[in-house]
Amino acid sequence: MFKESVIDGLWKQNPGTIQLLGLCPTLAVTTTVVNGVSLGLATMIVMVIANSTISPIRKIVPDKIRVPIFILVIAALVTVIDLSIHAYAEPLYKALGIFIPLIVTNCIVLARVESFASKNPILPSFYDGFFMGLGLCLVLAILGGMREFLGRGTLFSDLDLIFGQAFSNVSLNFFDQYEGFLLAVLPPGAFLGLAFLIALMNWIDQKN
Amino acid sequence: MNNFLQKYKIIGQAVFVMIMFGIIFSSILGFFYNKTNPIILKSENEAKQRLLLQVISKEIYNNDLINSYIEIEPNPLLNNITSTKGYIAKKNNEVVAVILETRAPDGYSGEIKILVGIDKNGNILGTRVVKHQETPGLGDYIDIDKSNWINIFNFTSLVNTSEQEWSVKKDQGKFDYMAGATITPRSVIKAIYKALIFFKSNQLKLGINV
Repeated sequence: MFKESVIDGLWKQNPGTIQLLGLCPTLAVTTTVVNGVSLGLATMIVMVIANSTISPIRKIVPDKIRVPIFILVIAALVTVIDLSIHAYAEPLYKALGIFIPLIVTNCIVLARVESFASKNPILPSFYDGFFMGLGLCLVLAILGGMREFLGRGTLFSDLDLIFGQAFSNVSLNFFDQYEGFLLAVLPPGAFLGLAFLIALMNWIDQKN
Repeated sequence: MNNFLQKYKIIGQAVFVMIMFGIIFSSILGFFYNKTNPIILKSENEAKQRLLLQVISKEIYNNDLINSYIEIEPNPLLNNITSTKGYIAKKNNEVVAVILETRAPDGYSGEIKILVGIDKNGNILGTRVVKHQETPGLGDYIDIDKSNWINIFNFTSLVNTSEQEWSVKKDQGKFDYMAGATITPRSVIKAIYKALIFFKSNQLKLGINV
C-alpha cells in the first residue's frame, strides 16, 4: 500500500504531469522555485488533512450528497490554513497571496478525496494525500526552477520572503548581466515548461 | 405509500447530515477566526506603520504620526471613493510633511493604492505602493519588495519636474520604467502627479502656512 502510494504519487499518477489536475496553481505560481514550493507545500498539507479527515467519516456520508460535504470539509480546512498562515507566517502569506484560498478550487484535492479517501481506510488515505501532494510539489519546484533560471537567471531568489532576512543572500545568480527571458516568466512559459516536463517523463517511460 | 415515505427518509437523512456537517465545520472556522483575527489585525496595523515610516524618515518629525490624521473627502485628484486619511507629520507642533493616500484607478489589473509623502515645500520625500494586483514578474516592480523603482520619485516636485516630464521616458517623460510593462508605471506616475496637485491646492487644509 505504502509503496504503491509512493510510485503513484511521484511518478505513475503524478498529479501535475500525468493526471494534469490542479493546473491553475501549477501554471500561475511557478515563476520562481520558492513560490512553487510554497504553494506545493500548502496544497500538500491540505491534501493530507483532507484525505485523513474524509476517510474516517466516509461511512456516515450519504452517497448522494458526498461531493458537497467533501467541498465543505476542504473549504473549511483551507480557510483554517489560510487564517493560520496569515496570522503566524505573514511574509509567506504575502508571497502566496490569493493562491492559498484558491486551493479550495484545486481539482486535485477533491479528486483524491473522491477517488481515494472516500473508499479507503485512514492510513492509506494519509499516504495517498502525502505522496500525491509531494508529487505535485516536486513538479511545481522543477517548473519553478526552469522558469526562474530562464526568465531571471537566478535560482532560489526571494527565499527571505519565507525564512526571514537571514536568507536574503542564498539566491544563486548565474549571469552577471542577464536581461531576462520574459516569455519564461509569463503564462505561456508555464505551458511550454510543463509540456517539456511531460515530454521528458514520457520519453523516460518509453525508454524503459 | 411506503415508497413515498422511503423517499422522504432519504432526503431527510441527507438534509440532517449536511446540516450537522455545516454546524461542525462552521464552529471550527469560528474558533480559528477568533483565535487568529486579533493577530492578523495587529500585523496589518504594524505593516501600515512600517510603510508610513518608510515614506518619511523618523528624524524629521516627533509627533504620533499614526494617530494624527485628517479625513479627506472623496476627491477626483486622489481617486478616493470614500473618505481617506491624510497623515500630518509635525515637528514641535509645526507641520513638516504630509502623507497622502492616493489611488491609481488604471493599473494593468485593477486599482493601485499608493502612499505619497510630501514635505511642506511640495517635494516628494518618499512613495510606497501599498496594494496592487499587477502581473507578477512584469508590472509588480512598483512594489518595494520586488525592486527599488518606486524610489525614483524621491525629491521630485511640481517645480523641478514639468507637467510634460511627469510620464515615462517612452512618452518623452523623465521617469524610467522596465521593459514589458508601461501601463503600470504610467498609471502610478499619473496618480502621484495628481496627488502633488492635490497637495498644492489644499495646503491650507493640510495645516501648512503658505
